[in-house]
Amino acid sequence: MLKQIRPALLMIVGFTVITGIAYPLAITGIAELVFPHQAAGSLIVRDGKVVGSELIGQSFAEDKYFHGRPSATTEPDPKDPAKTIAVPYVADNSAGSNLGPTAKALVDRVKDDAGKLKAQNPTAPVPVDLVTTSASGLDPDITPAGALFQVPRVAKARGLAEDRVRRLVEDHTEGRFLGILGEPHVNVLKLNLALDALAKG
Amino acid sequence: MTLNGWLQIALYCVILALTVKPLGGYMTRVFNGERTFLSPVLGPLERGLYRLSGVDARAEQHWTTYAIAMLLFHVAGFVVLYGLQRAQAALPFNPQGMDPVAPDLAFNTSVSFITNTNWQSYTPESTMSYLVQMSGLTVHNFVSAATGIALAVALIRGFARRSAKAIGNFWVDLTRCVLYVLLPISVAVALFFVWQGMPQNLGAYTEATTLEGAKQVIAQGPVASQEVIKMLGTNGGGFFNANSAHPFENPNALTNFVQLLLIFAIGAALTNVFGRMVGDQRQGWAVFAVMGILFLAGTAICYQAEARGNPAFAAQGVDSAPSALQAGGNMEGKEVRFGIADSALFTTITTDASCGAVNTMHDSLTPLGGAVPLVNIMLGEIIFGGVGSGLYGMLLFAILAVFIAGLMVGRTPEYLGKKIEAKEVKMAMLAILILPLSMLGFTAIAVVVKPGLDGLANAGPHGFTEALYAYVSATGNNGSAFAGLSANTLFYNTTLGLAMFIGRFLMIVPMLAIAGSLAAKKIVPPSAGTFPTHGSLFVGLLIGVILIVGGLIYFPAVALGPISEQLAMNAGTLF
Repeated sequence: MLKQIRPALLMIVGFTVITGIAYPLAITGIAELVFPHQAAGSLIVRDGKVVGSELIGQSFAEDKYFHGRPSATTEPDPKDPAKTIAVPYVADNSAGSNLGPTAKALVDRVKDDAGKLKAQNPTAPVPVDLVTTSASGLDPDITPAGALFQVPRVAKARGLAEDRVRRLVEDHTEGRFLGILGEPHVNVLKLNLALDALAKG
Repeated sequence: MTLNGWLQIALYCVILALTVKPLGGYMTRVFNGERTFLSPVLGPLERGLYRLSGVDARAEQHWTTYAIAMLLFHVAGFVVLYGLQRAQAALPFNPQGMDPVAPDLAFNTSVSFITNTNWQSYTPESTMSYLVQMSGLTVHNFVSAATGIALAVALIRGFARRSAKAIGNFWVDLTRCVLYVLLPISVAVALFFVWQGMPQNLGAYTEATTLEGAKQVIAQGPVASQEVIKMLGTNGGGFFNANSAHPFENPNALTNFVQLLLIFAIGAALTNVFGRMVGDQRQGWAVFAVMGILFLAGTAICYQAEARGNPAFAAQGVDSAPSALQAGGNMEGKEVRFGIADSALFTTITTDASCGAVNTMHDSLTPLGGAVPLVNIMLGEIIFGGVGSGLYGMLLFAILAVFIAGLMVGRTPEYLGKKIEAKEVKMAMLAILILPLSMLGFTAIAVVVKPGLDGLANAGPHGFTEALYAYVSATGNNGSAFAGLSANTLFYNTTLGLAMFIGRFLMIVPMLAIAGSLAAKKIVPPSAGTFPTHGSLFVGLLIGVILIVGGLIYFPAVALGPISEQLAMNAGTLF
C-alpha cells in the first residue's frame, strides 16, 4: 500500500500540469489567434461600444423593439444581499425558473403574460415561447412565430409598414443546420440592430 | 412529435453506431499497451509520467492493489481540489475576485468531481475562479473519466484472462486513457467548439450597454476547453449555472449534436472493446443492443411527453402546437434553438449516461418527461452509461441475468466461459443493492426533516420528486438536478456528498473483487448446454432482469412522485 502513495501524489501533480494548465492555456492561445471574435464571446460593437453578445439575449421592454422570451434570472437585492430580486437577462447568473408543470406560480405567470400579449395582438394565438422562460434565462432567440406575432406592435411604434417589418423578420430567420438539426429561430438582438439601422439609413 | 424530430434522432443513432468499431478498435490497442499513431508524440510524455511517479509500467497488479492505487489517487485528488477552492482568492486567474469557497460547499464539490458526478450546489460564474475551473475541475473531468474507463477495462480483463493473478496496472491504464483517448479528442473538439462560438479567454467579465441603455455584465472564461471533456468524460459539470443550455456552452444545434455524440461515444465503444478483448465481438454487440433498445424506449417516452406540452396553458389562449413557425410543446425551461426533439434527446442521453449536463431544466419537464431521466439513473446508468461505469454496471446485470437463467434450467451459470459462482453473485448483488439503499434511504430522511423540506422549491408531488431526484442523481454520480432544490445548505451538501461517495466507491470495490475472482478462473469450453450470450434470447433476458429489478425496487417512489403528478396534471390540479 505504501508503494502506491508516491504515484498517487505525483500523478495528480503531473495531470494537473498537463490537463489543468498546459491544455487549457494552449487552447486559449490557439483560439485567440485563430478565432479571436468567438474566443472573446462574440461581442457586438456599435459606435465603439460593446452593446452585447450575438449569443446572449438581452432585455427589451420598449414597443419599438422585438422582445425576447421571459427570463427567470435574478440578482442580489441591493437592500439585502442575502436575498435576490428578479431581473431578466442577468448574464453573469444564468438560471431557469425551475417551476414544475403543476406549479400554480407557473400557470398564474403564463396567464398574466398571455393576457398582456393578447392585448397587443388580439388576432393571433400567443406562441408558447413568448410566455415560457428559457432554460438559461439568456435565450438569444425567439421562434419565427414569436417574432411575427410582435410585428404589428413594432411596426406601429416605428411608423413602418407591417410588410416591411415582416420582411425583416423573414430575412433574420435562421433555419435548421443542413435543413435537419435544431429548430428555426430569430436572434432578437440582431433583428433589433437591423431595425435601428433601418431607421437610421 | 414531428418527422424532423425523429429524423434528428435517427441521424444520431446512425452516426453513433458508425463510431463504435473504429473507436473500439483504437481503445483496445491503447489498453493492450500497443503502439498507436499518437505514440511518437505522446510516448515520451507517457514514459516521463511513469519515471516522475516511480511506476513500473510492466508490473501488473492484483485486484486489491489495483483498488488501493485507485483509492489513494482519489484521496490525493480530493485534497488538492479542496485546497484549491479554499485558497482561490489568493491564487492567480481570478479576474472577478472570487472569495474562498465555504467549507461544506468545497467538500461537496470535491467529492462531486472526484466521483465523476459533477453535482453543482453552486453557481459557477459567481463562485469559482478560472484557476479552479481549469486546474481543479477540468483535471478531475479527465482523471475521474479515465478511472471509470480503467475500471471497466480491468473487469473485462477478468473475463478475458484465464488462471491469472493480475488485472492490469491502474497507473498505466489511467495514464494511457488520459493521454491517448481523452486528450487528443479534447484538443480537436475544443477548437471546433470555439469556432462554433464558445468563448475561450482568461479576461474579466465584459460590461455591455444594451440597446435600451441598461448595463449587462457578460460572464466569460475558458469555456470550450472544459466543455469538451465535460461531455466526453460524462462528467457534466457546467462552466455556467445553466450548463449546456447556456448559449456560451452550447451555441447552436450543431454543437448540441456533437455534445450528444461525445456523451455516448466512449460508452458505446467500450462494448466493442469488451467484445474484442473476450475474443468475440458479437458479445459486445449483444450488450450494445440491450443499451440501444432501452435508449430508444426512453427517448420515445420523453419526446412524446414533452411534445404534448402543458395542458394548463391551452385555457390561456397559448398555442403549443408544432408548426413550421414554432416547435411548440412544453417550452418552459427550454431553449428555442433546440426546441423539443433535441431537448428530449439530450435529457434522455445525459441520464442514460452518468453525464448530467443539461440543455433543458429538468425541474420544468412534464411529469412523464421527467420520469425518464429519473428512472434512467435509478436503473444504474447502464444505457451506454458513464464512461466505464456504464459497462461495468451492465456486466453486473449480465452476471445476474445468467445466474437467473441458470436457476431456471438447474445448471451452473456461465458467462463467456467463466463459471459464475456464489462469490460473484453475492458481490454483484452487493454492488447493485448499494445504490437503492443510498437513493431511497437519504430521500426518506430528507422528506421528513426540516432542513430537507426547507430546500424544496415546488409543492405537491413535484416537490417530493425534487428531493428524490437529488439523491438519485448524486448516488448515480449523474449530477443533473431538479434544480429548484436549494442544495447549497449544510444538510444537502453533506448528505449529497455522502451519497456520491457511496454510489461511486462502494460499488467499485465489489466490482473489482469480481474482476479479480473471474481472472483467476479457468475458461470452460462451450458445450451443447451452454446458454449463448450473444443472441436475442440473452438480449431479451437481460432487458427483463434490468427492468424487473429496477421496477420492483423503485416503483413505489416513482408512484409517489412523477406518476401522482401526471394524474394531477391530467385532472387540472395545481399546487
